[in-house]
Amino acid sequence: MSGGNYVTADGRQIGNVLMEMKNITLRFGGVVAIKDISFDIHEGEIRAIIGPNGAGKSSMLNVISGFYHPQEGEVWFRGSRRPVMKPYQVAEQKIARTFQNIALFDGMSVLDNVMTGRLTSMKAGMFAQAIWKGKAEREEVENREVVEKIIDFLEIQAIRKTPVGRLPYGLKKRVELARALAAEPKLLLLDEPMAGMNVEEKEDMSRFILDVNDEFGTTIALIEHDMGVVMDLSDRVVVMDYGRKIGDGTPDEVRNNQEVIDAYLGVSHD
Amino acid sequence: MPDQLLFAMEVMLNGLMAGVLYALVALGFVLIFKASGIFNYAQGVMALFSALTLVGIMDGQIPFSHLINAIFGTDLHHFGWHVPAVVAIFLTVIVMAVFAWLVQKFIFRHLVNQEPILLFMATIGLAYFLEGVGDLMWGSDIKKLDVGLPQGINEWIDITTFEAFGYGFFIDNLDISATIVAIILVAGLIAFSQYTKQGRALRAVADDHQAALSVGISLNFIWILVWSIAGFVALVAGIMWGAKSGVQFSLSLIALKALPVLMLGGFTSIPGAIVGGLIIGVGEKLFEFLIGPMVGGATENWFAYVLALLFLVFRPQGLFGEKIIERV
Ligand SMILES: Nc1ncnc2c1ncn2[C@@H]1O[C@H](COP(=O)(O)OP(=O)(O)OP(=O)(O)O)[C@@H](O)[C@H]1O
Ligand SMILES: [Mg+2]
Repeated sequence: MSGGNYVTADGRQIGNVLMEMKNITLRFGGVVAIKDISFDIHEGEIRAIIGPNGAGKSSMLNVISGFYHPQEGEVWFRGSRRPVMKPYQVAEQKIARTFQNIALFDGMSVLDNVMTGRLTSMKAGMFAQAIWKGKAEREEVENREVVEKIIDFLEIQAIRKTPVGRLPYGLKKRVELARALAAEPKLLLLDEPMAGMNVEEKEDMSRFILDVNDEFGTTIALIEHDMGVVMDLSDRVVVMDYGRKIGDGTPDEVRNNQEVIDAYLGVSHD
Repeated sequence: MPDQLLFAMEVMLNGLMAGVLYALVALGFVLIFKASGIFNYAQGVMALFSALTLVGIMDGQIPFSHLINAIFGTDLHHFGWHVPAVVAIFLTVIVMAVFAWLVQKFIFRHLVNQEPILLFMATIGLAYFLEGVGDLMWGSDIKKLDVGLPQGINEWIDITTFEAFGYGFFIDNLDISATIVAIILVAGLIAFSQYTKQGRALRAVADDHQAALSVGISLNFIWILVWSIAGFVALVAGIMWGAKSGVQFSLSLIALKALPVLMLGGFTSIPGAIVGGLIIGVGEKLFEFLIGPMVGGATENWFAYVLALLFLVFRPQGLFGEKIIERV
């Protein structure tokens, strides 16, 4: 299945390999969070990472986004091996993310939060801004346009000026997605975007994720616990358990994989 | 108007000017604390060091001349030139930026995610180290600093108040220019943080480190930037204090006056630092004027700390902080 391009069940053409993880191993002291895992993410694809609690899913996302650095293995992005990178350098490569525990700027308004997503796209430096005011202003206008478009897209116009700290959980998740989208990412990493949401909020979020992928052609890697959601959204699924990869394929393939079934039913490891 | 009231008004105005200086030092604290959670004990020494450097450059002093002379048996002291104030200020700003870079590279980079008390201890070490370096570089004698700010009594205020009240207020021109410079500085900082890319990044880092990382901000860069800005604010404070009472090592003690200012204003509030500084400046002058004679004077030494203590007891969140409600 992995390797070449393919056409999805719903008829979308999937492109070349965008990101490839090769034999990644990540340890925290004695804990092996990721054990020799390889998988790839194709351009235009929605790739899910699933697994029981503590399986190492967030750790994998943190490796991709440069928050964690694996002891072994290689990360390949757009056909070349990526050197060890800081999170800000990864962000500059148009890889945006959200967090399992929401990381927003609580003191800022929704608009300002989303605006920070444009930081990597702002070229004018401090001195250019002081000297060449016109250019900086034009850039500001462009950034505003992108941001407003995303705010409309995610239907959060009504709370544009609200301080983020006051928002309910579900909306915070949406603002965090808006900020990630403001960077106009090639690859979007979502760590449990629907955790803690009610059914209606989950449906909204699912729709947004599909629309982002469809309208902007954004490649998406997401972690999700709700199996129904995963089956609906994703093109291919990686299954992790105790730091190992125990399955990789289409939702149907994965669902029928005995090892995956065992992991989810809590069959003891021997 | 009764004389007593006029005196009190004059005292208040002078206190306001002194308060500007406290506010500036406190501002330097707040900037670093907000961005990195570090309580920078060295802020006062940074003011001293930057003022020493400024005088040294202006007078064409050879840095480390005592050391050089002791090692090589030479007798060097001056390059023999004088550098105009504007150029010297510019060079000092660069020195403070290099200092910021060194501090980040050799100290705080290695202390990321450490306990606040550990970071605080590091800044105490830094303060004494920097004081030593300042001494070694520029010598420990008291230096005159004159960057060309107007000095002496403001005639216009003196005459106008005399004509109006029959009593001429004594307000120093230096205090007035210091206040104007401080207002420009604060306005500049606000504009910087609101309208520039780096300013936005700075606010983001002050709010949430993890989120800041995810939107492509280099924490290291922002910390160097914020230490540079704090260095610049320290320089402005150092110039004002130095122009008033000469550049001397007691300058680093003004850092201690910033502490009660912070308790009043809150450790993370920029308006708090400014208002707190002004309140302490006015408060201690007025208190000395009104109550001082009854208790034998010298109240300026302790007034600020007692006021801060009262604040701690009755309003621990500071002037502008939100009320702290304990969760049980
Ligand atoms: N920063 C860290 N320091 C130490 N151990 C860590 C760190 N991050 C993760 N771990 C450990 O790595 C393992 C995998 O954690 P991870 O958060 O990646 O799991 P997960 O699959 O995302 O779980 P969940 O579904 O609960 O979010 C766990 O044992 C965890 O304790
Ligand atoms: Mg997780």
